Amino acid sequence: MSATGIGAAVRRKEDLRFITGKGQYTDDVIRPGETRAVFVRSPHAHAKIKRIDASAAKSLPGVVAVLTGAELANDKIGNLICGWMIHSKDGTPMKMAPHPALASGKVSHEGDAVVLVIAETLAQARDAAEKVNVDYEALPAVIDTAKAKSGPQIHEVAPNNTIYEWSLGDAKAVDAAFATAKHVTKLDIVNNRLVPNAIEPRSALAEYDAGTDQLTLWNTTQNPHVSRLVIAAFVGMAPEHKLRVIAPDVGGAFGSKIFIYPEEVVCLWAARKLRRPVKWTADRSESFISDAHGRDHVTHAELALDANGKILAMRVKTIANLGAYMSTFSSSVPTYLYATLLSGQYDIPHIYCEVDAVYTNTVPVDAYRGAGRPEATFVVERLVEVAARQMNIDPADIRKRNFIKSFPHQTPVIMAYDAGDYNASLKKALELADVKGFNKRKREAARHGKLRGLGYSTYIEACGIAPSQAVGALGCGVGLWESAEVRVNPTGTVEVLTGTHAHGQGHETTFAQLVSERLGIPLENVSIVHGDTDKVQFGMGTYGSRSGAVGMSAVVKALDKIESKAKKVAAHMLEAAEGDIVFKDGKFTVAGTDKSAAWSDVALNAYIAHKFAGQELEPGLKETSFYDPTNFTFPAGCHICEVEVDRDTGKTEIVNWTAVDDFGTVVNPMIVEGQVHGGIAQGIGQALLEGAVYDKDGQLVTGSLMDYCMPHAHDVPSFKVGLTETKAPSNPLGIKGCGEAGAIASPAAVINAITDAIGTEELAMPATAQAVWSALRHGQPRQAA
Amino acid sequence: MPAVSMTVNGKAVTGDVEARTLLVQFLREDLRLTGTHVGCDTSQCGACVVHIEGIAVKSCTTLALQCEGAKITTIEGLAEPDGPLHPMQEAFREHHGLQCGFCTPGMIMAALDIVRRCGNDLDEHTIREQLEGNICRCTGYHNIVKAIAAGAKAMAKGGARQAAE
Repeated sequence: MSATGIGAAVRRKEDLRFITGKGQYTDDVIRPGETRAVFVRSPHAHAKIKRIDASAAKSLPGVVAVLTGAELANDKIGNLICGWMIHSKDGTPMKMAPHPALASGKVSHEGDAVVLVIAETLAQARDAAEKVNVDYEALPAVIDTAKAKSGPQIHEVAPNNTIYEWSLGDAKAVDAAFATAKHVTKLDIVNNRLVPNAIEPRSALAEYDAGTDQLTLWNTTQNPHVSRLVIAAFVGMAPEHKLRVIAPDVGGAFGSKIFIYPEEVVCLWAARKLRRPVKWTADRSESFISDAHGRDHVTHAELALDANGKILAMRVKTIANLGAYMSTFSSSVPTYLYATLLSGQYDIPHIYCEVDAVYTNTVPVDAYRGAGRPEATFVVERLVEVAARQMNIDPADIRKRNFIKSFPHQTPVIMAYDAGDYNASLKKALELADVKGFNKRKREAARHGKLRGLGYSTYIEACGIAPSQAVGALGCGVGLWESAEVRVNPTGTVEVLTGTHAHGQGHETTFAQLVSERLGIPLENVSIVHGDTDKVQFGMGTYGSRSGAVGMSAVVKALDKIESKAKKVAAHMLEAAEGDIVFKDGKFTVAGTDKSAAWSDVALNAYIAHKFAGQELEPGLKETSFYDPTNFTFPAGCHICEVEVDRDTGKTEIVNWTAVDDFGTVVNPMIVEGQVHGGIAQGIGQALLEGAVYDKDGQLVTGSLMDYCMPHAHDVPSFKVGLTETKAPSNPLGIKGCGEAGAIASPAAVINAITDAIGTEELAMPATAQAVWSALRHGQPRQAA
Repeated sequence: MPAVSMTVNGKAVTGDVEARTLLVQFLREDLRLTGTHVGCDTSQCGACVVHIEGIAVKSCTTLALQCEGAKITTIEGLAEPDGPLHPMQEAFREHHGLQCGFCTPGMIMAALDIVRRCGNDLDEHTIREQLEGNICRCTGYHNIVKAIAAGAKAMAKGGARQAAE
């Protein structure tokens, strides 16, 4: 391993600009003549728009324009779409309701964008927005996930507010296995609705150049090319080659910035209409009612086991709330990103899962860190933990009895796990967490009036998203390969253009580490370019822990081609046969001789083309690759949470956290650990603090950071993080991905720990002090067999 | 519009602002110091923390006019343009105390105020409690806590060295 190569804890190249205040986020970009936009949003969850009166607003100083859905429709701006087709059990396609970027005739959730007000300054736009008078006729709202099907119909296309009724697995085989079971564990689970809350609010700045008929959008997006494709091909804003999307520095995303939102569409349209740049940046209150939310499942799950605690089958029925409209990838989250992971780390012969997706008058729900996999892990790990308790089996032991031990392993729910060692991560976690000493710590805590509990989560996820053919067969509207272009300059410095996008993950460092190791050049001689459709030709963006496994693999393939071409150049320079050229440590050598050429000399020769005929070998040194993985990757591991619960107040303190993860090859352990820390904190947030609460009329009660409890520094502990390693066989680097693991593993570990401490399973997330206190007093005490 | 004058990062500045203009708007939009960020509208997140007369203040909840005659320091003013980084900036980089970087300027400015109030020898519990006014969604705080402890120590060493010189 070189000091800056793969496996080195290199300090991040991108940090300098962030710690000195020189980052360039969308709201930091200013264009000449820029106007500011404010959206007038629906205060109702469900209402008809009777009349919009903007006359008072238009007469205010500085107001440039007031635009409505009628004008948007008049200009033939198309609707937003969901790009993953799901078919119901009966073969019918999902029921996608129209989603105009500005409401047309009716509003379907609190925060639905109705009117755009544009003024010279933000203050003027805000003043004017307050003067826009919208007459609504309120309609009854559908809020509750479990009761959505029986509520008043929201969209014409979707009777019973049902988007699809989907299933996966063999119901008959599962029924037969349950009939033979010695023990059945049943759980009712609510996976609480979350608000992603990246600290940078969403923002869009659109500019139109009438001279070239070119639109440019600066946008808080994780995938500028997908954004451009959808806005061009489906919304019909402009042809793809006339629209440039730039994702500059993006301040956190966690899935919420994957999607194509109404605001960027409306700003583009307005910028062209007004021939002025238009900028919109969300307030946090606006983020709460317009960023796609996450999770929101209501589930009944059952696990069948034999007398020895061996799992025979699993049966799961979930209702997934997708909110008022189908967001960009919403349909895939509770289906192919959820049910396909219900086998966990276990050898389960039969699984059957039904998922009903419903519309409600709430903010759309889509992928949020983990996307479906945290929900699956919570179901599996709660079932297994509770089964162990009911059957008096040690929770580590029941897991060992059921672990998949040989690979490849075909689960009954599509996935073919290709590599892993689940015993190894469990064993290492048991040691790091000092589980042997737990009983002593528990007795000690009891002396201080505290209840101690231990909770496990042996999770798995499918990452490295994804083989294009595989996802295509499952209904995905795009391929999920990744691209890379490696440009070697005549002086030997290198630019790598990647279709992935970093918004905290440190790609400018890790991608450069790969190039530094491979070409034997210093890290500072490598630049990573991303986030601009004018620079990078195409790419699928960053989500699903895919950038290392898929994006860096594309870089490897491009580097293979670079090396091959450079060897040809070196052969001419050294007057040797191409097959005799060896490339090592940044030097080209003729095998068995002391004749060599340095990397920078070969780069220069590729461009001056003095040593070879340009007709035989093309001058230049630039290569491209589109890499499509052969399988998903399967990061897995074991998290152990230890809590102390105050029996008088119900307050939970997490006293120890141990995470042992198998991410395959680790490019930069410092960055990987940071990803794990952040993921765990988000999972702890879900388990203990966070929950989006709507009242019966569809008002988001938790609509600000004063009401929605985000994890603070004092809410989380320091984390013990360890690694095990089995390489991913599906990509050349053996990378599995690490971005979502923490958020996937942790909620189950927390709830398993608290329920262990308090002696009842009746505890929903978030397990606030009040909820735990209430469970201690009113929960059904655990009865072991 | 009323005029306001203040010293920002050692430089005298003046501007005409509406009475309702917030300090953060004046810094970001009038002075183009965009290192100070806005992450919320309820003074919870702390992405906007700057120093007024050496004390950490949320610039999203301060009127520009309140700062008449005041000395303001923002993230851009912690280190000289071509000089070495401030030890707290250096500690955030060394300990990977940032990911997306959006909360970072506020975190660093808040961290310096913790050192001012609680000294250079900070334990984990103190740092976590004192960070109540700042939210990070990326790091899980683990490395921010490490960075602040290390930065505080490094500041003490720097101070001792300066005193010796």
